[in-house]
Amino acid sequence: MLLDQLPTGQRAEIAAIDWSILPPDEGKRLRALGVDEGAMVSIRQRGIFFGRDPIALDIGRMTVAIRRVHARAITLRAPETAA
Amino acid sequence: MTRHQPLIALVGNPNAGKSALFNALTGARQKIANYPGVTVERKSGRFAFADGRPAELIDLPGSYSLDPTSPDEAVTRDVVMGRQAGERQPDALVIVLDSANLDQHLVFALELLALGLPTVIALNMVDLAERDGLTLDATRLAADLGVPVIPTVAVRRRGLTELAGALDAVILAKQVPHAPLGEPDMRARRRRAEHIATAAIVSQTQSRRWTDRADSLLLHPFAGPLVLFALLFVIFQAVFSWATPFADALEAGAAALAELATATIPEGFFRSLVVDGVIAGVGSVVVFLPQIVILFFFILMMEATGYMARAAFIMDRLMASVGLSGRSFIPLLSSFACAIPGIMATRSISDEKDRLTTILIAPLMTCSARLPVYTVIIAAFIPEIAVGPGIGLQGLVLFGLYVFGIIGAMVVALVLRSTVAKGGASGFLMEMPKYQMPRIADLALGLWQRAWLFLRRAGTIIFAVTIGLWLLLSYPQVPAGSSMSQSEYSAAGRIAGVIEPIVAPIGFSRDIALALIPAMAAREVAVSALATTYAIDATDEDEQAQALGERLAGRWSLPTALAFLAWFVFAPQCISTIAVTRRETNGWKWPMFMVGYLFGLAWIAAGITFWTATAFGL
Repeated sequence: MLLDQLPTGQRAEIAAIDWSILPPDEGKRLRALGVDEGAMVSIRQRGIFFGRDPIALDIGRMTVAIRRVHARAITLRAPETAA
Repeated sequence: MTRHQPLIALVGNPNAGKSALFNALTGARQKIANYPGVTVERKSGRFAFADGRPAELIDLPGSYSLDPTSPDEAVTRDVVMGRQAGERQPDALVIVLDSANLDQHLVFALELLALGLPTVIALNMVDLAERDGLTLDATRLAADLGVPVIPTVAVRRRGLTELAGALDAVILAKQVPHAPLGEPDMRARRRRAEHIATAAIVSQTQSRRWTDRADSLLLHPFAGPLVLFALLFVIFQAVFSWATPFADALEAGAAALAELATATIPEGFFRSLVVDGVIAGVGSVVVFLPQIVILFFFILMMEATGYMARAAFIMDRLMASVGLSGRSFIPLLSSFACAIPGIMATRSISDEKDRLTTILIAPLMTCSARLPVYTVIIAAFIPEIAVGPGIGLQGLVLFGLYVFGIIGAMVVALVLRSTVAKGGASGFLMEMPKYQMPRIADLALGLWQRAWLFLRRAGTIIFAVTIGLWLLLSYPQVPAGSSMSQSEYSAAGRIAGVIEPIVAPIGFSRDIALALIPAMAAREVAVSALATTYAIDATDEDEQAQALGERLAGRWSLPTALAFLAWFVFAPQCISTIAVTRRETNGWKWPMFMVGYLFGLAWIAAGITFWTATAFGL
C-alpha cells in the first residue's frame, strides 16, 4: 500500500521509499525530516475542500506538510488496525 | 585562556526556539547584517558571563543537517566548520533542542557534536514538553552525549544563568564532547538519536492534546479554509474600524499643530513651509500609524502562535494551481505589511524559480504603504453605509482591493512560471510547529520595531520628499491675475505636464501626475504630495481648513478616484522594494523587469477601471 492510500488517523510503518521519482533535494529534505524507511507515520489531515493535496503527516512528535507526489513514492507495511 | 572575546554560535533545527533563546540571552543588544556574498542574515549580539566578561553570540539559520538544501543551511554548515568567509570558527556551540521533539532534533545534534567543538546543549521549551505529558532526564542525556545539558525555557527566561555558567566552563576548559561518535550516515545517526532519546524520556503520554485539538479544526478540509478566510476578513475590517479613533486623534493633533504654527509664525515663506509642507505632508502619513500597527499585530500573532504554517498548508493547494507552493504564502502574507521583509523571507524557499516568482509578485500584495492612499480615497468617495451586519461598504471596497492584488499576483505567477521562471513543479515540504501562547513582551517589541521603522521613514524620506515637493510647487510663484493655479504654474507643475499626456487617457489630471513623481520614493508620499499640492492651491481660510478627503471629493470625479485606486494596486512605486529586489536577485535584470511589468499593468488596470466607470456614467 502507498502512503497516499492510508486512511486518516491510522498508523503505519514505512517499508520503502522510491527515491528515484523524487527530486534529489526533496528526497534529502524528506530524510532530514525523518521520513525514511522504518519510520512510523500517520496522516493527521489531508486536502483542502475536495482536493487530496497537501497532506499533514505525523511522524514521531512532529507534523510535516508534504504533497501527494511524495506520498505516492512511499510504500507502507500493512497498517496496524486503529485502536 | 582565550585572548579574544569568545564567539559562541547558537545552532539547531528550525522551530527549536533558537531565536527566542537568542533574544533572551542578548536582549536588545543585537546587530543584524549580511554574510558577504550571500543573502543570508548574520544575527549577532553581545552577551555577558556571570562576572561581566563579554562574548559574542551569533544565531545561525535553522538546519536539519550539515548537508545543506538551501543557502541558509549552507551558511550554518560553513560557519560551524570554520569555512565561512569573514567569520572565524566559533569557540563554542550552543545546540538548541526542542524537548518535545528530542529524537528528531538529536539527529542534527549528533552531527554537530562530531565536530568536536566545546558544546553546551540547551534543552529548550521544557515547559511545553511537560504540558504534552513528557518528562525528560537531562542528566542521563548529558551522560549519553558527553556534554552539559541545560533545561531552558527561553520565553520565560528560565535556565539562562545555568546556560551561561556551563558555557563559561566548557570554553575555559576547552572541553570537547567525549563520546562522539562519527556516524557518517544519517540513518545510523537517526537510530542512535532514537536510542538516546528513548533513554532520556522518563515518562510520556503520546498526546499533543492542544495541538491535536486545534489542528482537527484549523487543518480541517472545509472548516480550515473558512477559518483562515474569516480571519483574513476580520483583519482587514479591524484595520479599517479599530484604527479610526486613534487616526482621528492623530489627525486632530496635526490640525491643532497647524493652527498653532499659523498663529505663532509670521506670514511668509517659513510659515508656508511649516504648515503646508511639513505638517500637511508628514501629518497626513503619520495618521496611518494605527492601521499599520494593527496589521502587524495580526501577522506577528499568526507567526508567534504557530498558525502561520497552517495557513501555508491551507494555501498550498491554491498556490500549486499557479505553480508555487504553500511556502510562498508566508513571504506573501508578510508583504501585506511590507514587501521588503516579505522579499527577504523568500530565502527559505529552496527552489530557485519558485523564489524568483515569489519575489516578483510580492509587490502585488497590498502593503501598509498603500493603506494611506486607499483610505484617503475610499473615505472621500465611497459612502459610509452598511451592506450587512457589521460589514461596511468602505471596508468591503478595501477588501476588494486586496483581493484584486491577490488575483493579479496569481495570474502573473502563472504567466511567469510558464515563461521566464519556467521549471518543474515545486514540492511542498514543511514542518508544522506546535501551537504556543505568544509572549506579550516579544509581541510588543516586534510591534514597536515596526512602528518605529514607519515613523523613521515618515521622519526622513517622506519629510525630505515633502519639503522638496513643496519648494517645487511654490516656485516660481504664479503672477497675480493669471488664470493658472499655483500648482500648474510651478516648476513641479511643468514637470508633471510632461507625464500628463501618458496618464491622461486613464483619467489622471496634472495634479495626480504631480503626486506620482515623488511617490516613486514611497507610495504613501502620494497622499502627502496631494495634501501639499491642494494646501498650496487653497485660496481662502475655509478651503485651507478642509481635510484632504473633502478637497479630493470636490476636485476628482468618481471614475478618476477608482482608476487611482486601481493604479496603486499594481504600480511599483517604492524605491526600497526595487533596491531589495536587486540585492536578493544579485543584479539589475529582475528589478527592472519587475518595474516594467508592474507599471504596464498599473496603466492597463487604471485605464480599464476609468473607461468602464465612465461608460456606466458613474
